Amino acid sequence: MSGAWQAARLVIERDLRLAFRNRAQLLHPLLFFAIVTTLFPLALSPEPSRLRDVAPGVLWVAALLASLLAIEFLFRDDAQDGTLEQYALSGQSLTWLLFAKTLSHWLLTGLPLALMSPVAAYGLGVAVEAVPGIIASITLGTIALSLLGAVTAGLTLGIRRGGAMLSLLTLPLAVPLLIFGAQATARAIAGEPVAGPMYLLAAFVVLGLTLAPLAAAAAVRISLE
Amino acid sequence: MSRFLAMGGYAGSVWPSMALTFGIIAWNIIAARRSLRSALAEARRRARIGDDP
Amino acid sequence: MDWTWFHRFGSPPHLYRLAGTLVPWFAWPAAILIAAGLYGGLVLAPPDYQQGDGFRIIYVHAPSAWLSLMAYTMMAVTAAIGLIWRMKAAHAVAASCAPVGAWFTVAALGTGMLWGKPMWGTYWAWDPRLTAELVLLFLYLGYIGLRSAIEDPQRADRASAVLAIVGVINVPIVRYSVEWWNSIHQAPSVMKFGKPSISWPMLTPLLIMFVGFTLLFAALVLVRVRAEILRRERQARWVTEMVTQ
Repeated sequence: MSGAWQAARLVIERDLRLAFRNRAQLLHPLLFFAIVTTLFPLALSPEPSRLRDVAPGVLWVAALLASLLAIEFLFRDDAQDGTLEQYALSGQSLTWLLFAKTLSHWLLTGLPLALMSPVAAYGLGVAVEAVPGIIASITLGTIALSLLGAVTAGLTLGIRRGGAMLSLLTLPLAVPLLIFGAQATARAIAGEPVAGPMYLLAAFVVLGLTLAPLAAAAAVRISLE
Repeated sequence: MSRFLAMGGYAGSVWPSMALTFGIIAWNIIAARRSLRSALAEARRRARIGDDP
Repeated sequence: MDWTWFHRFGSPPHLYRLAGTLVPWFAWPAAILIAAGLYGGLVLAPPDYQQGDGFRIIYVHAPSAWLSLMAYTMMAVTAAIGLIWRMKAAHAVAASCAPVGAWFTVAALGTGMLWGKPMWGTYWAWDPRLTAELVLLFLYLGYIGLRSAIEDPQRADRASAVLAIVGVINVPIVRYSVEWWNSIHQAPSVMKFGKPSISWPMLTPLLIMFVGFTLLFAALVLVRVRAEILRRERQARWVTEMVTQ
C-alpha cells in the first residue's frame, strides 16, 4: 500500500514541478477566466444591479470554459512523450496514477480558479459576504469537472484536433454541474442558504471520485492501444 | 374531410408534426438500406481485389 | 446454465443471417401498427377537452421521445457488453443504435416545439423535458462525432463504448437536474393548458404507436447491424464467400 502512496506522491510532485517550469500554460486558463468575466460588463451594462443578477451564470460559464481549456492539456504532453505508457506498464494501478494526475491538475487549475473567482465576482458587483459560498461552490464544481474531464480527455487523446471534440463531449455531460453550481453561487450572492445545491455538488464529486478514475484509465488504455 | 384537415384549428401544428416524424422515419428507412447496400458493394469490391493478388 | 446461445448470438455471421431473417418480421407489424395507431389517434380518438385536436401530436411525439431514451439505453448496454466480453457484434449493435436514436431525438424535439406553439404560445420554452431532450441530442452527437473521429474501427468501438456508459449514467442526472432547475425558474404563465387527461379511446392508439415505433426501431437497427457487421468483417472469409456466390 505504501508503494501506491509513494507512486501517487511522485506523480503529483513531478506534475507540479513540470507545471511550474512552464508557467505560461498555468496562467492561461486563469487569464481566460479573467478576460471572459471582464467582457460581460462591457457587453451588458456597467450597472451593478444588472451585473449582480447575471453574476452566477457568468462566473460559472467562464469557470466551465476555463477548466475545459485546461483539460485539453491534462494528458496530452504525457501521451506524446510516452509517460502515460510507462504508467500503464509500471505495475501500479493506472486508475490510481491517473487519479493522482487528475488531482495535481485540479491543484494547478481548479483551485486557482476557485480562489480567483471572488475577485471576478467582486467586479460583477457581488457583496463580500458571498465569498465563502462562491469559493466553496466553484471548488466542488472544478473538482467534479476535472474528474469528468479526465475521462473525456482520455477518450480524445489519439484524435487530431481533439480540442473541439473534447468540448463536444464534456459540455453536455457537465450540464448538471452547471445547474447546481450556478444555483449554489446564486444563493450565496442572494444571502440564502446554500446547503441544498452544495450537497448535490458534493454528491457529484463523490460519484466522480468513485467512477471517473476507472473510466479514465479504461479510456487511456484504449487510446494507447 | 375539410373539418378533419382543419384539426379544430390546430392544423398548423398537427400536420407539420406528422410530416416531420414520418419524414424522419422515411429518411431512416432509406439511410439504413443505403448503408447496407454500400457495405455490400464495398465487400464485393474487396472480394474481387482479393481474388487476383 | 448453457451459454452457447450467447456466443452464437455474438458470432458475426450468425447475427448477420439472423438479422436478415428478422427484419421483415419486425418491419411489417411495425408498418401495420403505426398505420392503425395513426388512424386511431387522428380519427377515432375524441378531441381533448382542454387542448382540442392539438393534443394529437402526442401520438408521434411521445413514441419518438420514448425511442430516443430507449435507443440510448440500448446503445450503452450493448456497448458495455461489447467492452466486457470483447464482442464485435455487440459493438455493431451499439453503433447502429446511435444514428437512429439521434434522429428520433430530433423528431421528439421538433414535434415538441410544434406542440409548444399553440400550447405555450412559443416554439421554444425551457421546458424541462425539451431541455433534457436537447442535452440528449448533444450526447448522441458527441458519441457519433467521437466514433467518426477515430479511424481504427476497433478503437472507435471501445472508446465510444466508454463514452456511452458515462453518458447513460448522466442521462437520469440531467433529467433530474433540469427538472429541479426548471422548478425554481418556472414562470407560472408558461403553461396555458394542463396535461391532457387521457381516456381509453385516447390511450389505446398511443399504446399501439409505442409498440409500432419500438418494432420499427428494431427493424432499422437490424438493417444497420448487418451493414456494421459487413464493415467490421470485410476481411473475413464468410463475407467474401457470401458476396462472390
